[in-house]
Amino acid sequence: MSTTTQLQNPELAEIEVHGLTRASFMVRGALAAGAVYGVSSVAPFVSQALAAGGGGDAEILNFALTLEYLESAFYNEKGKTVGLSGKAKTYATDFGAQEAEHVKALTAAIKSLGGTPVAKPTFVFPVSNQSSFLALASTLENTGVGAYNGAAPMISSKEVLASAGSIVQIEARHAAAINLLISKSPTPNGAFDKPLSEQQVLTAVKPLIKS
Amino acid sequence: MPVDSGTEAQAPQRTEDQAPQPVGIVERLVRDDSDRKRFLKMAGSAGAASFGAFVLAACGSSKSSSSATTAATPAATTSSTSSASANTGDIGILNYALTLEYLETAFYAKVIEAKLFSGADATLLKTFGSQEAQHVAALKAAVTSLGGTPVAKPAAKFPITTAAATAELAYTVENLGAAAYLGQAPLIQSKQVLASALAIHTIEARHAASIGTLVKKSLTPDGGFAKPADMSEVLAAVKPFLA
Repeated sequence: MSTTTQLQNPELAEIEVHGLTRASFMVRGALAAGAVYGVSSVAPFVSQALAAGGGGDAEILNFALTLEYLESAFYNEKGKTVGLSGKAKTYATDFGAQEAEHVKALTAAIKSLGGTPVAKPTFVFPVSNQSSFLALASTLENTGVGAYNGAAPMISSKEVLASAGSIVQIEARHAAAINLLISKSPTPNGAFDKPLSEQQVLTAVKPLIKS
Repeated sequence: MPVDSGTEAQAPQRTEDQAPQPVGIVERLVRDDSDRKRFLKMAGSAGAASFGAFVLAACGSSKSSSSATTAATPAATTSSTSSASANTGDIGILNYALTLEYLETAFYAKVIEAKLFSGADATLLKTFGSQEAQHVAALKAAVTSLGGTPVAKPAAKFPITTAAATAELAYTVENLGAAAYLGQAPLIQSKQVLASALAIHTIEARHAASIGTLVKKSLTPDGGFAKPADMSEVLAAVKPFLA
């Protein structure tokens, strides 16, 4: 039995998300899950966190909004300081613009549900060059796919679900493109972007639930 | 050259199960307490709440819905008068998806057969074809588990000429597939079926974007928000490919 387990995605562990909202907490949790257990753990983590929270669509969207703030800041702010060139630069520009659109849309959606959109958290991204930037981009986009796919079945409104689906598809496209750019598989989860059945997760979680 | 992570299983998959993961969350959570401690530390001290009681929604209902999108049905050969017929509710949606996946699988099989591609491109297309085949297996199993009858595999015909034209066709087909899943998502009743459909939806999106890089077309042809396509739209678009 190992005493020091290697992190699946150490770069995720280094990201700082500063914010005291439940949404920021959930994003930190999702990133932590992805860091320790791998990106495929993100969806069940998010499902459970949202189920435990009992919040409605506005809360789910605030979680998504926090993720989009993170991605937008990553591409649009960090992307400008690390020194990108070629396709990496093009992707950061194009994808960054789309994440910013997602921020706008989610903010509006939350308001229309009568909710209060979370404020933009501040982030710290542990990357200093194009190579580490792209590696983290890959992980973040794939994490985003997992997060949305984990959250979506919790959504009550069909309209909100349609919006979430519309956004996650874009994240998946980003993820595939970034992966190809860094010679990784565009489908790192294989044929299904769903990591585990609920039963498998429950089995795994049981020993951890204190009775 | 893109290398798949090797998490795909070759055997048919049920949608409730997932292809085996190399170091899965199951092993981690159950075996290694240091992982859990590290996770909780990173998530913040209230992390215990995230592993709280996990409520499973029993689902898998095959009750037909009053959905308005039972348009022209896919090439279904089963007729049934029961509510769990091939063409209504979640079963109907799954059978529709199954038809599309059959077509995509057939398409990729023809593409590989034609040997128009080599190297990394060929590997990519072969991988995607294998994934579509896994979707077929999963959807068949899902329909059966809901008490429905999977639609028969349709006869398909695709014009396979040059590599360039074929790649363009792949681009069209995958974008259509992604839009089709997105269009159905809000109509699905069961949370489990929805989770499975979403898991396939993003794969089609990944395929579309990947092929976009091959044909030098937009990775996101709809811009920042993907557009859904409804059943009648999609079936009209694939009609030319049904022999």
